[in-house]
Amino acid sequence: MTSKPGIYPYTRGIHKEMYRQRLWTMRQYSGYGSAKETNHRFHYLLKQGQTGLSTAFDLPTQLGFDSNQTEAKNEVGRVGVAISHIKDMEALLHNIPLDKVSLSMTINAPAAILFAMVLAIAKKRKIPWSKLRGTVQNDILKEYLARGTYIFPAKESLRLATDLIEFSVKKVPNWNPISVSGYHIREAGATAAQELALTLAHAQTTLDDCLKRKLSIDQFASKISFFFSVDNNFFEEISKFRTARKLWAEILKKKYRAKQKKSQQLRFHAQTSGASLTAQQPENNLVRVTYQALAAVLGGAQSLHTNAMDEALALPSEESAKLALRTQQIISSESGIPAVADPLGGSEFLEQKTKQLEKEVLQILKKIDQAGGTLAALESGLSRRLIEDSFLKTQQKIECQEKKIVGVNCYKESDSKFKVPSSTFFKQLEREQSKQVKQVKSKRNHKKIETLLKKLEDKASQSTNLMPLLIELVEKGATVGEICATLKTVWGEYAG
Amino acid sequence: MQAKKIKALIAKPGLDGHDRGAIAVSQALRDAGMEVLYTGIRQTPQHIVETAIQEDVDVLGLSCLSGAHMSLFKEVTSLLKKNKVKGLLIFAGGIIPDDDIPKIKKMGIKQVFPPGSPLSEIVSFIQKSAQKK
Repeated sequence: MTSKPGIYPYTRGIHKEMYRQRLWTMRQYSGYGSAKETNHRFHYLLKQGQTGLSTAFDLPTQLGFDSNQTEAKNEVGRVGVAISHIKDMEALLHNIPLDKVSLSMTINAPAAILFAMVLAIAKKRKIPWSKLRGTVQNDILKEYLARGTYIFPAKESLRLATDLIEFSVKKVPNWNPISVSGYHIREAGATAAQELALTLAHAQTTLDDCLKRKLSIDQFASKISFFFSVDNNFFEEISKFRTARKLWAEILKKKYRAKQKKSQQLRFHAQTSGASLTAQQPENNLVRVTYQALAAVLGGAQSLHTNAMDEALALPSEESAKLALRTQQIISSESGIPAVADPLGGSEFLEQKTKQLEKEVLQILKKIDQAGGTLAALESGLSRRLIEDSFLKTQQKIECQEKKIVGVNCYKESDSKFKVPSSTFFKQLEREQSKQVKQVKSKRNHKKIETLLKKLEDKASQSTNLMPLLIELVEKGATVGEICATLKTVWGEYAG
Repeated sequence: MQAKKIKALIAKPGLDGHDRGAIAVSQALRDAGMEVLYTGIRQTPQHIVETAIQEDVDVLGLSCLSGAHMSLFKEVTSLLKKNKVKGLLIFAGGIIPDDDIPKIKKMGIKQVFPPGSPLSEIVSFIQKSAQKK
């Protein structure tokens, strides 16, 4: 059997005691409408026993548009919360103790701007940055490959991402400045092996970029966190987490010569698979989510989001969001699983599966290497083709019922209906958000903003770290849209 | 003589970046012998309508998963009307609540395929309903 939990290469878990010592963080991804509404949902979830926060931003925010911009039309507050300026962020974090609750933000291309807002708010509330705990996703590579919320070309966007990481490593020591994400790659159709291989490839790009900043590997490697999907194939998913830990530990130790244990330990957040949820017979999703969550726990996740059963057709209602959280609480309180560190260790099947997966992952990594590395594989479309081929194959299997999905291609019945927020809600929200952006803009020192934006334009073409300037900009009331527009004038946009 | 191929445009209006469905449908139509163009993500209704006109397509498939489908589909269909496009078969897919389907059909969108729809169903719908030009 492969070593013990807490011992290199950490196949069986990064801690000796695992959940006996510290339970995973229950972190439900949430956000919709206005900052005020999302803040209400945050407090509700905390009251229900959630132990960390996770923010979903709307598409305009993720793409660097303010709520009042033409490009934002129809999309304000739809899939997450609309944040255009620091007043929005203040409302989002109203009465949230930033020194006690960890805050995760799913934001990528404009991550540095939103992170700057959090830092500015902490400063204003006199909370030392060293007390802040949380994560910004800040993983731009997978956006070009799978998720689609890119703004700038890859090289420039990576520079901004690395600015954030460098600044955070030096000034915000308990923050995770990147969460390298396989989740969206998997959701886009990748296999478990592809999810893992592409994520590890992307993570190594981050390591290389940080090393170029003259940071030492042990200074920053432990700040890199991961985000994986947890899908339906129970043992394959558990094996995936084991393989991930083993390969990461080996890469860090052998290739990057990291000395500290922490640098070699892969920490990850898991989310149950959104793509596996069905719009048909939505109650069935509760069962899927439950055993996916079990796989995450048996796989040694540090943090977990369980999907709500209605998510195949809408953002979760307060009721279904609560039920999703309760699912984790039942596993943690009633199943007895957290009392054992890696209870599945020693299973011959699992060990074999882990070895097989490792082999597959290494083959894909080799393929990427031979294609000229991560960026080349991305540009040539190789990575994207890998994913597309996989999901088209899966789709064919579903079509001919080789792969069975209950309620979709077998055990079908007529569907139940869903209640979703009406579009008048969003129209009104769009008007209010736009009004607020205009108000914030009218109350600022225009000259100061102009000067700072000009300074940003200059610095964007140089190599100085942009974080301090971004903090100053958001403090003075510059909007996400203005900052991104300025950066676009220097860097251009990714054409897709 | 070989029948003329059906030409379809699969389009993603709005800001959402989820195109697994759009790509799967594109491939299924291709496999069924149709000529298919896929716009890629994040297209404006204007651009979609311009492409449909320029490429003289028989079929337009719209995919939206962000919840902004009502406004975006309306913009596309209004622009098509404004440009006097006739004989175009429009269908849609994505995360669309049941309540919205009758309203979407009123816009001139012939059919809505919710998540989990078999690709074969989409293909046979198009084969039956498209008017080749």
